[in-house]
Amino acid sequence: MRTHSLFDRQTNLVLSLLAAAAILVPAMNGLAPPGSALHLSDHLVPLLGKYVCFALLALSVDLIWGFCGILSLGHGAFFALGGYAMGMYLMRQIGPRGVYGDPILPDFMVFLNWKELPWFWYGFDWFPFAALMVLLVPGALALVFGWFAFRSRVTGVYFSIITQAMTFALMLAFFRNDMGLGGNNGLTDFKEILGFPVQAGSTRIALYVLSVLALAGGYLLCRWVAGSTFGKVLVAVRDAESRTRFLGYRVEHYKLAVFALSAMLAGIAGALYVPQVGIINPSEFAPANSIEVVIWVAVGGRGTLAGPIVGALLVNAGKTWFTAALPEFWLFALGSLFVFVTLFMPRGILGAARDLWERSSQKLRARRSPQPVTHAAE
Amino acid sequence: MRVAILAALTPSPFKVHFMNILRTILRAFVLLLGMASAALTGPYEEALPKFANDSYADTDTAIGAVASSGNPLSIDVVEALRDGRLLIGAGQVFIRRVSGELTNAATGQVWGNPAGELKAVRVNNRVRRSIEAALGSLTLLSADAAKRLEAAHAVFRSRDEAVLPTLEKAIAQEGQTHVRNALENARAAILLSKQDALPMQRLAAIETLRARGDQEALALLSNLPSNAPPDVVAAAGKAAAGIRSRLTFWEAVQNVWYGISLGSVLLLAAIGLAITFGTMGVINMAHGEMVMLGAYTTFMVQELIRSQAPGLFGASLLIALPLAFLVAGSVGVLIERTVIRFLYGRPLETLLATWGISLILQQGVRTIFGPTNREVGTPAWMSGALDIGTMSLTYNRIAIVVFAFAVFAILLLVLRYTPLGLYVRAVTQNRRMAGSMGIRTSRIDALAFGLGSGVAGIAGVALSQIDNVSPNLGQGYIIDSFMVVVFGGVGNLWGTLVGAITLGIANKLLEPYAGAVLGKIALLIAIIVFIQRRPRGLFALKGRAVEA
Repeated sequence: MRTHSLFDRQTNLVLSLLAAAAILVPAMNGLAPPGSALHLSDHLVPLLGKYVCFALLALSVDLIWGFCGILSLGHGAFFALGGYAMGMYLMRQIGPRGVYGDPILPDFMVFLNWKELPWFWYGFDWFPFAALMVLLVPGALALVFGWFAFRSRVTGVYFSIITQAMTFALMLAFFRNDMGLGGNNGLTDFKEILGFPVQAGSTRIALYVLSVLALAGGYLLCRWVAGSTFGKVLVAVRDAESRTRFLGYRVEHYKLAVFALSAMLAGIAGALYVPQVGIINPSEFAPANSIEVVIWVAVGGRGTLAGPIVGALLVNAGKTWFTAALPEFWLFALGSLFVFVTLFMPRGILGAARDLWERSSQKLRARRSPQPVTHAAE
Repeated sequence: MRVAILAALTPSPFKVHFMNILRTILRAFVLLLGMASAALTGPYEEALPKFANDSYADTDTAIGAVASSGNPLSIDVVEALRDGRLLIGAGQVFIRRVSGELTNAATGQVWGNPAGELKAVRVNNRVRRSIEAALGSLTLLSADAAKRLEAAHAVFRSRDEAVLPTLEKAIAQEGQTHVRNALENARAAILLSKQDALPMQRLAAIETLRARGDQEALALLSNLPSNAPPDVVAAAGKAAAGIRSRLTFWEAVQNVWYGISLGSVLLLAAIGLAITFGTMGVINMAHGEMVMLGAYTTFMVQELIRSQAPGLFGASLLIALPLAFLVAGSVGVLIERTVIRFLYGRPLETLLATWGISLILQQGVRTIFGPTNREVGTPAWMSGALDIGTMSLTYNRIAIVVFAFAVFAILLLVLRYTPLGLYVRAVTQNRRMAGSMGIRTSRIDALAFGLGSGVAGIAGVALSQIDNVSPNLGQGYIIDSFMVVVFGGVGNLWGTLVGAITLGIANKLLEPYAGAVLGKIALLIAIIVFIQRRPRGLFALKGRAVEA
């Protein structure tokens, strides 16, 4: 560790870039006149907001994979659960403005001939409750699932496979109409959030800025966790789990705590994602989605915290471009990216950049002072 | 000579007149013949004029008389009546054939131009019922055994008492056992619901239906007529209870069979994975795509056979088997040599890289063959079904079960009795020790990966028979196969077998209670919980190998 301060050079850089993004995007969308080169058209704002949510999701995966060696192939499930919690709040806000005009029941329940609101929908009309659920539902699932898994020392690929089974099971469950959460179609047709119309440009800007703030907050939190004693134990678990256990640490408690924290971050990402894209449906639980998140982290650089943000933004921008310009080739590109990154860039873009930086700065230092320098921190 | 022909061909007024006379005489002669045949009267010919009255009551009696006459034309008459093609005019009855020509109903001869206006014999609901019954009884005596069987089933459903005499006649002259059984079933069904049947007849009928023992027989037995004597009711109740327990038994057998069938599919999909996962600890996410490649190889083989040698179609699957093994196996070796080799000791990275490969393979197949399902045909020897008890086992499912077990047995023998198998087992149990003993572990890795992928390819040939051959074929199996391998335990083929069959049967036994989706969810949760209890599966390797 080069520094123990929370605000080191990387953190400052990330925070200032995020601040710039939070200021520039609204400015370019609102202040720059349409038609000018600087203008950002309206449909790009929620798209960028979506990327930022994905970046937060990638960050949450990096926290467990990069620092604790837990590869979850089911993190999309926590993201989707947070999204569903927010979606339920937004459904309740529709009130009597649905197609069927029922004051209480969402449209799909009227359509399915349901007579009253299922118990688990109670309270979701009140925003603080829904916001709490955004954190609690993914967190509780992670606690229960993780408690079972870590207690019996399910590790490595076995853990990856059962997380995949978990998200697959959830997907099957949410596809059912009987689940009471919209089945196949999911939750959509949202009208307003906290009294502001969801579709309005100003709401979208606000949601975007909120997402960037959440990302910055998430980044700071992860940075803080990683730099703390707790984080040091996590790294020890990652590198030598048995040894850490023999030193007297309750490994499973550490794993459980960081797993639940990561799930809650993913839930927040999902909750911010839903009002911006306007829909949440069971396909968000698809195992393939969760695996894609892992590649964002790998591309950006696992264990760097800034890397996943870069990776998520780059891969998703690439996806948007490819699926519009060369739809046939997107899966080729994504597949090759998986192979290329794992084979040639195991530390991702940020890792490679850091290596380059250190090598050149070493050279620079060697040129300045002929005698070898030993690093204080190493 | 030539002049004479010319003269004959050239119409002269005299000749035209002569021809007309000739035609009239001929027509009169035909008419006379018709009358003569009508004069040779039987019940058929006597009944026929009644249609001409065009009263419902007469039509009704005429139908019965015609149907029981035994005349070969009677079936045509009744069918024509049903379709509104039985015409009357000038006291005669005609049949308008489907082809449009008109024939005399009495003689069956073609009738040139109709004399005067013809109109169809009218029918009402009562007549229609008689028509159906008559047709049933008429086809009961058909020369074609398939038609007789069909008629027997129709009578079983309609339970028309009027058919009874014909039915008795048909039973008496029936030569084929299965048709005879069907006829007797039909008779039993009629007798059971007939108001004035004798108790003796009813008891015999109950006995016949009990022997039949299916859902329909059960329905008949539980709907006895109200005037049935107590002993008949008791016998029927006993028979119904017997059928019920028999049905429950067969239902359970059927569920187990479906479970074995599903389990063998899982076994086929997972067995290759067990080898690669077992030897190298490598999670091959592209395994499903190897299955897909095998299925597409089958498709290609069939296409070639269709265009080049249609006679070989029956053998297409057998030809596809080695090819699918080679195609998928060589792709597997290629993947191992170019990607996985560099990632040993980093299982999580291998997982990501193979996922990337699976995306590339999927999109590659989609680009070449298109995103839609491809048609893979079933050879004649695999279509059809075997009936056991009340269930019917389709031959392609039986073939897949047999095939899956055969593949399993062969793999087991390969692993146990060949040098390759010995090396693979050695590397699975202790890689470093095997290396120290002079086994070239990297070569074994490549071969084992090729073997596992090749087996997946063979699985693809089998699965092409029951699943859609599309680029997404492999995706549907990957999670299930992992579940099987993880449940069964790594490094032991028996674990895979037990895991696959257990999951298959558990899935099918849960389905009737929980529904397909909930059953599957319950199973996934059960596996997740199971892994907590036994993190290394049912048949875990023991000893030092575990920590290696």
